[in-house]
Amino acid sequence: MSRAEPAGRFAAVILLALLSLGGAVAVHAKGESEEREIARQSWPFTGLRGQYDRAQLQRGFQIYQQVCSGCHGLKRVRFRNLAEPGGPAFPVDAVKALAVGWPYQISGELDEAGNMVDRLPGLADPIIGPYKNDNQARAAQNGALPPDLSLIVKARSLESHAPWYSHWFWMLWDIARGYQEGGADYVFAILTGYSDPPADMQVPDGMQYNVAFPGHQLAMAPPLGKDNFIEYQADAGAKGSLDQNARDIAAFLSWTSDSNLDARKRLGWQVLLYLLVTTLILYAAKKRVWSGLKH
Amino acid sequence: MALHVSSYEPKSRLAKWMDERLPIGRLMHSQFIDFPTPRNLNYLWTFGGILTFFLMAQIVTGIVLAMHYQPSATEAFDSIERIRRDVNYGWLIRNLHAVGASMFFLAAYLHIFRGLYYGSYKAPREVLWIIGVLIFIVMMATAFMGYSLPWGQMSFWAVTVITNLFSSLDSIYKGLGTTIVEWLWGGYAVTGVTLNRFYSLHYLLPFVIAGLVGLHLWALHVVGQNSPTGLDIKTQSDAVPMHPYATSKDAVGMFVFLLLFAWFVFFLPDYLGHADNYTPANPMVTPPHIVPEWYFLPYYAILRAIPSKLLGVIAMFSSIGILLFVPWLDTGRVRSTKYRPIYKWFFWLFVFTCLALGYLGSKPPEGNYVVWARIFTFYYFAHFLVVMPVIGRLETPRPLPGSITEAVLGKAGARPAPATAKKV
Amino acid sequence: MAIDAEEPDRRDFLTLAASAFVAVGGAVALWPFIDQMNPDAGALALASIEVDIAPIKEGQAITVLWRGKPVFIRHRTPQEIDSAKAVDLKDLRDEFARNEGLPDTALATDLNRTKTGHENWLIMVGICTHLGCIPKGQALGDKRGDFGGWFCPCHGSHYDTAGRIRKGPAPYNLEVPVYEFISDTKIKIG
Repeated sequence: MSRAEPAGRFAAVILLALLSLGGAVAVHAKGESEEREIARQSWPFTGLRGQYDRAQLQRGFQIYQQVCSGCHGLKRVRFRNLAEPGGPAFPVDAVKALAVGWPYQISGELDEAGNMVDRLPGLADPIIGPYKNDNQARAAQNGALPPDLSLIVKARSLESHAPWYSHWFWMLWDIARGYQEGGADYVFAILTGYSDPPADMQVPDGMQYNVAFPGHQLAMAPPLGKDNFIEYQADAGAKGSLDQNARDIAAFLSWTSDSNLDARKRLGWQVLLYLLVTTLILYAAKKRVWSGLKH
Repeated sequence: MALHVSSYEPKSRLAKWMDERLPIGRLMHSQFIDFPTPRNLNYLWTFGGILTFFLMAQIVTGIVLAMHYQPSATEAFDSIERIRRDVNYGWLIRNLHAVGASMFFLAAYLHIFRGLYYGSYKAPREVLWIIGVLIFIVMMATAFMGYSLPWGQMSFWAVTVITNLFSSLDSIYKGLGTTIVEWLWGGYAVTGVTLNRFYSLHYLLPFVIAGLVGLHLWALHVVGQNSPTGLDIKTQSDAVPMHPYATSKDAVGMFVFLLLFAWFVFFLPDYLGHADNYTPANPMVTPPHIVPEWYFLPYYAILRAIPSKLLGVIAMFSSIGILLFVPWLDTGRVRSTKYRPIYKWFFWLFVFTCLALGYLGSKPPEGNYVVWARIFTFYYFAHFLVVMPVIGRLETPRPLPGSITEAVLGKAGARPAPATAKKV
Repeated sequence: MAIDAEEPDRRDFLTLAASAFVAVGGAVALWPFIDQMNPDAGALALASIEVDIAPIKEGQAITVLWRGKPVFIRHRTPQEIDSAKAVDLKDLRDEFARNEGLPDTALATDLNRTKTGHENWLIMVGICTHLGCIPKGQALGDKRGDFGGWFCPCHGSHYDTAGRIRKGPAPYNLEVPVYEFISDTKIKIG
């Protein structure tokens, strides 16, 4: 068995990799927008060192409360989650007051006489939307169903439009960078994607044209606009604008989908460090065990 | 050939007492400490241990998840959200289980391809190989049913599509397919009834796998391990005791794999999954693209490549079933592809085919994708049915080393070594 | 096996270090699997309830469910209060108040079993401290035992009008949970 052979095989693999990488870079340089209709944004919680920006989550909740909660519920998030670390972390008393002052009541409980009654939400209750059930929502929205937003960011992703020869490269690149923010990119793109339809497209009444939505027509009227955005308080950490609002609500909804991201990534670093150190020690031990033997 | 007899000497009184009654210590010593292992195994041989670890990890994380999971159509999705949000470390245990399934399959594929490359299926390891294929089949059933449990959109529709495959039997015998499908479903459509029985079976099958793994290890220890040269242990210098040589190497392989595992668990927990599964199942709305998990994509591509429903189903199941016959399909005169210069090219073409089919399985079945899927499906079967039988007979293998020792030390080193210890 | 002699110290140290690292990792990895069985965030959040006590007349009692456990709320009569106050602490089997809102060392005086200004209200967890049955004494027709309070039918424990164990196998007084009067007619338990 010649020594050169494995080297030759190795070289072939490297050459193949470089070729497709070259192809990947060429297409990438040509125009990322051609491959992905939806651009990737930069998020403070992305990647290996990402963590949520607490001020951003607080602004995002403000957007949810003032804009989205008119139609959308957040039923998998409890009021108490808003006061917990790793999220917007509002003071508990403020959240208590928020819950009691919430415009929608918890329904489905019985009183002594056996009637269904509503009651004010408390810390342990879900952040409910205006509709008690899907039928009620559709009736109020001309047949359209505003989805609950608790998991919307995890339930959406971006499709890769990379050609087959570079698909593997972009996949490995995303894995190496820990990219999982496709859902947040998508939500941002939807909120900023309203525009006039192209001349050759007929948009039926009641629908809106949106660049990012699959099929380009959705029933939701633009909740935010260039001239219709939420202004923040002076100490909120950012100025209000469509772009900023959309970023903040997308970040907030990322948190509702994935509330333990901060703890997860922090623990992740510790685990990786431990595994790396232990692997090196084990490797040294293995080498020592085998050193007496020719192999 | 029989199981290796060890040099075990129970030392303590307790050890002697147990040895006379239930000789577990002796068994462990003879099979996992003393056991002669080829000295030239590479890291591809660490995947057996990795797979055993992951089987245990999946069982442990699964049992713990089962303490919180509710197997009903109305409660399942919410119970998993409760696990993710409220249960202490629930998010971690759930990530370990979901990512663990993918890692389990990754390790299994590397283990299988190792076997294909080095001819580990050839005599006398045919039964070992067949048990391995059976393990793989039960793994796939387990994973398929496990994926249904979150009761998301993809869970529901994957079950609907795959169980509907059996209705293709209607074209063989009228009503047979529908009867079987309704029997699987427990109704006229996929419902919570289906979910419940899948949960029960998903809990059961890993223990069936564990039993098969026991048989797999037994079969392995009777015939001994293969080696990268395809040669078996003949003399004492060919082998090293499993502990500490193989165990120390297994530990390194295990921890490197755990690094990859941890990377996904902590930084990319949903990367290998599908976003649609975070939407609760809706029998009235079909997702735009139904795709299985990545480890099923090649079979999915084969299924969709064949235009006929029944033949597509047969092709898909055959693509796995054909593995059972590999020990007899391959006529190669030597075991290891290292010494088969012509077959080697076909082997790597086969690897490329599997990767290509995986990619194509993730794409919509339109246009060029279908054409290529058919081409690669053709080669997939041709590899087993044509390449393996024909090339083996036609090819002249390269000369094998005389022994494992010779392969490691070269011809000079294979001469009997002096009795004195080597200076370090 | 012809294994060459090694410098034993280095090999042992490395092996020791390797084993130690793996063992520690395994032990640390065990914790989440144990902790997941602890009450989850949802259970911890349902920690308090509010009860309207206005409808409970003197001499009446209600039982509410709190953290999955029955809680006795009795509107005591003056006679019941007096007889509780008259008991000498030396006669009690369990001299401690068992009031979660007070230090462990507080003694089982009637005052320590209730709240100042609201001594006519007795609020206790209705689980017998023997083996966990629910004592009788809440409903009008119930047997109330030899001390006029509560009687546990399972093994015959007698509690007095302040819920203190007087006779029978139970070792401790009935537990008084943390509660407060958010108004004269509303209490918050937990």
